[in-house]
Amino acid sequence: MTTTEDRPATEVGSPRRRKEDARLITGRTRWTDNIALPGMLHLAMVRSPFAHARITAIGTEAAKAASGVVTVLTGADLADEQGALPNAWAITPEQKAPVHPSIAVEHVAFAGEIVAMVVARTAAEANDAADLVDVDYEELPPVLDLKTAATDEALAHPDLGTNVSAVWTFDSAEAGTGQDVEAAISAARDGGILIEREIRQQRLIPAFMEPRSIAVDPTGEQLTVWSSTQVPHFVKIFIALVLGIPEHKIRVIAPDVGGGFGGKLQFTPEEVLTVIAARHTGKPCKYSETRSESLMAAHHGRDQWQQLTLAATKDGTVTGLKVELLADMGAYLGLVTSAIPLLGAFMYNGIYKFPAYHLSCTNVFTNKTWTDAYRGAGRPEATFAIERLMDELAVEVGVDPLEIRERNWIKHEEFPFATVSGLTYDSGNYEAATAKAKDLFGYDDLRAEQQKRRESEDPVQLGIGISTYTEMCGLAPSRWLGSMGYVGGGWEHASIRMLPTGKVEVITGTSPHGQGHETAWSQIVADRLGVAFEDIEVLHGDTQVAARGLDTYGSRSLAVGGMAVLAAADKVIEKAKPIAAQLLEANVDDLEFSGGRFGVRGTETGMSLGDLAFAVFQGHKLDAGAERSLDADATLDPDDFSFPHGTHLCAVEVDTETGAAKIRSYVSVDDVGTVVNPLIVEGQVHGGLAQGIAQALYEEAVHDESGTLLTGSFVDYLVPSPPDLPPFVTARTETPATTNQLGVKGVGEAGTIASTPAVVNAVIDAVRHLGVSDIAMPCTPYRVWKALKSAQQEGAQQEGGRS
Amino acid sequence: MIPVAFDYYAPTSVDEAVALLREHDDAKVLAGGQSLMPVLRLRLAAPEVIVDLGRIEELNGIREDGDALVIGAMTPHSVVQADPLIAEHASLISLATATIADPQVRHRGTFGGSLAHADPAGDLPAVAVALDAFFVIAGANSRRTVGAADFFEGVFSTAIGEDELLVEIRVPKYTGWGAHYEKFNRVAQQWSIVAVAATVRLDGGTITEARVGLTNMGSTPIRATAVEQALVGQPATAEAVRAAAAHAADGTSPPTDLNGDADYRRHLASVLTRRAVLAAAGTG
Ligand SMILES: Cc1cc2nc3c(=O)[nH]c(=O)nc-3n(C[C@H](O)[C@H](O)[C@H](O)COP(=O)(O)OP(=O)(O)OC[C@H]3O[C@@H](n4cnc5c(N)ncnc54)[C@H](O)[C@@H]3O)c2cc1C
Repeated sequence: MTTTEDRPATEVGSPRRRKEDARLITGRTRWTDNIALPGMLHLAMVRSPFAHARITAIGTEAAKAASGVVTVLTGADLADEQGALPNAWAITPEQKAPVHPSIAVEHVAFAGEIVAMVVARTAAEANDAADLVDVDYEELPPVLDLKTAATDEALAHPDLGTNVSAVWTFDSAEAGTGQDVEAAISAARDGGILIEREIRQQRLIPAFMEPRSIAVDPTGEQLTVWSSTQVPHFVKIFIALVLGIPEHKIRVIAPDVGGGFGGKLQFTPEEVLTVIAARHTGKPCKYSETRSESLMAAHHGRDQWQQLTLAATKDGTVTGLKVELLADMGAYLGLVTSAIPLLGAFMYNGIYKFPAYHLSCTNVFTNKTWTDAYRGAGRPEATFAIERLMDELAVEVGVDPLEIRERNWIKHEEFPFATVSGLTYDSGNYEAATAKAKDLFGYDDLRAEQQKRRESEDPVQLGIGISTYTEMCGLAPSRWLGSMGYVGGGWEHASIRMLPTGKVEVITGTSPHGQGHETAWSQIVADRLGVAFEDIEVLHGDTQVAARGLDTYGSRSLAVGGMAVLAAADKVIEKAKPIAAQLLEANVDDLEFSGGRFGVRGTETGMSLGDLAFAVFQGHKLDAGAERSLDADATLDPDDFSFPHGTHLCAVEVDTETGAAKIRSYVSVDDVGTVVNPLIVEGQVHGGLAQGIAQALYEEAVHDESGTLLTGSFVDYLVPSPPDLPPFVTARTETPATTNQLGVKGVGEAGTIASTPAVVNAVIDAVRHLGVSDIAMPCTPYRVWKALKSAQQEGAQQEGGRS
Repeated sequence: MIPVAFDYYAPTSVDEAVALLREHDDAKVLAGGQSLMPVLRLRLAAPEVIVDLGRIEELNGIREDGDALVIGAMTPHSVVQADPLIAEHASLISLATATIADPQVRHRGTFGGSLAHADPAGDLPAVAVALDAFFVIAGANSRRTVGAADFFEGVFSTAIGEDELLVEIRVPKYTGWGAHYEKFNRVAQQWSIVAVAATVRLDGGTITEARVGLTNMGSTPIRATAVEQALVGQPATAEAVRAAAAHAADGTSPPTDLNGDADYRRHLASVLTRRAVLAAAGTG
């Protein structure tokens, strides 16, 4: 059968303005906090100020007596009813975890944990009464330092008996994907190069723009839950599982959602408690967190120590990589907390041909906010580690860092390539992306300027940083997820409804929260069905409309969900064809579908899909056996991951007097395969770069010695804004993925994954000649200044020692 | 967050406002709200009464009065920043104001509110100290004037009494002086880690007068008198200014926080002072 591929595809690849933007930008839309229902009650949470404590008493009398208060509930009241929050990913069969309550009953394990909930007629009254709840705590020593926690010196959860949740290892020799790392290391020890580094991946806060909010209406036959979430389908299942409400009695809606970055890939205590409040009162209830609560209690990201050993020959050919991780779970396991380091475990070898690889990861509990997915989830950590190491290797060998990468990377003619970590990269062209980036960056000129500044001892030094990254996108083949211990699948679902007037409704199981699926999916369907872009509506995020779906995270929406949409469109055509043949009184084999029209080959006779939809709606002329609907559903399970890649180059000026690092220019060349909408790709890259740069230079969640979050507001948790970022030069190469129909790869996390090492490499490159070879993230002016100062002191001492 | 409930008054004259403050024990004045509202919303303060100065016209505006400029306490940062009189006679104020936060904040926040708030990291207090500004404070049936050196008493604390109101700020004219505000922060929206306000008068290539104020180098804004004295009579050259700026942190005890320790701040103070003075002199 011929499809629209004959016709020049006009929509896919065109820089359409996003159809959702008018309402998102003007705010004329429905966010969860805007929802007001008759008789609605409001919630306020009382949260523990202590990181580790035992609750000895909670006095609720004064709060209960306060104006407007309907009820005050504590953990003791809800101990039986609340169930336990789920972890969906046991990375080992022996994985340990404390019971994760929505509201603490006796034991508080992080500052910000909910200890009581006030339900009142207005939000103001709920807040006032929350101040009157009187909680007595017996403070326990908080376990805060990750390395100390790993020794079990003191316990974050005394009842658990240990802080270690799980230890996971991968070894290429054991897996049969490569050789033995220890052999490579001992070979490098005599006669080769061995680079050993310890890297701190600081704790970050997702900092989505819209704080989380939940509204629950218990007054209908179905319980309706609105939540500012990335994962409405997950929320529905978990409300059923955790609270014992039959699944078919639950409807979950994610209305427009103002960002997530992984921070809303969660089933939250607040969701459970708002449902419980609605159940207790029989009235609609709403909870919207404050920014302070969001920063303190919504899950955090990253927070690892990485111990790295890279073995290479004298000429800089890498022979092995050993990675030992300590990962901070925080106080509890969330939905996929335990698996975040694993999502990076397959990417430490990056774009390179390493013969031997070993990774071990120890997951550890502390008395800090629980961690979980944050943009990139595991892969930024991996990419940072290897791209920092490759720069260090270049220094050891004494060649340009681009050259050391080229010596080790997979050449374009070597795809598909089976990596040492057991993945198969289907496609890529690292040479092309790097050549383009070098050219746009003016690499040689900047190196010359760098040399000049060094020679003239300019107080402002120039550094050049490189990151040649790849990542695994399109989470994920269900079989793979199953083999890794995840409870769910990785497929995606779509439906297409052909309306009588020829318009089209596309229903997707993905749940956009800023990405622009409404536009991109419309473009895909417009091309495939030959229907005008404007005649397509994309529906999502309501389990009553999009009954099936696995939502949005892990750069999966296009590569998995978009392909499901395409498959559904193909089914519509398939279904329409015999009906068209009947109405056109032609043989099915003589029909061709092109530009939205079925035509009889070699004649002028034909019928548009729209006319066909109307004829099907009428049903007057259809054969008795023909279904009176062109609608189709499709579920798609991806064959494999997709592997975007690219080369990012960053020039940073370091003011050696103040320590301030300023990005002077930034070039990103990304290969995300086929591009459906270049404007959307551009937007994702820009935002991604900003977030990756933020890890390199600005953001860090800091706790004091008692476990209180010091960066508890945006005054101290520094999120960069446009004036802090350089103009980005972005470009692309296009090597289509071979693992899906459109050749797409995913772009949601690329910028974040790639940019952090490019920036830090540049900062270090700027001051390396002054004796600095490492600076912890974020590279604040203070840290850079201190590094320079101690390098200077060491230099002076060495001078002194010599004379 | 929602503030604790309060009674709200919006008087239309200074006398009326002062009367309200006298009448209510636990009253707080509201200017642009850019510092007060966050404090109320975080429930760090819960006054029973809010007296909003927004409708008192006499508090808003900039005028010339002989040798001085008079800036009404309720004049928004955005107006101060763009005002031609200030640009001509006290450009240090225009330059420092332009570094405060973002346009939204500058349209709401006020000149007097910033000074009355007396945040050690706020940008205008050091400017006021450098320029020897005078603060006109209204109490019951009387007004008094306090010099900048006596106005700032500590972190968030000034000479304004409980039942008093800051009405206007009188700034001597520095016509023809060069000025520069050198602010050091990590992101554009951040408060100063350290900043230096400098204004100098030149005769030929020689500095004849200098005023230097330091932001966030202690609990109050600090006048770097040692630097000022060292500058007078010196040529506005890099070497001379560097030597003078080395004294910038003399006698200061700056805070330690996430952005740096006291040593780092002392170091920054001298680097930024050198840069500020050179820029003010037009030789930076
Ligand atoms: C995001 C953000 C960033 C900021 N960044 C900076 C910055 O970089 N640099 C900087 O200097 N400032 C910054 N500010 C603060 C800004 O300058 C405020 O305008 C200022 O601190 C307070 O002025 P206001 O008019 O808003 O006063 P309000 O917030 O209304 O009042 C502040 C305090 O002063 C008292 N007060 C106000 N007016 C009077 C008066 N006439 N008499 C007696 N008491 C009075 C009030 O009672 C209150 O205690 C920032 C603010 C925000 C929100």
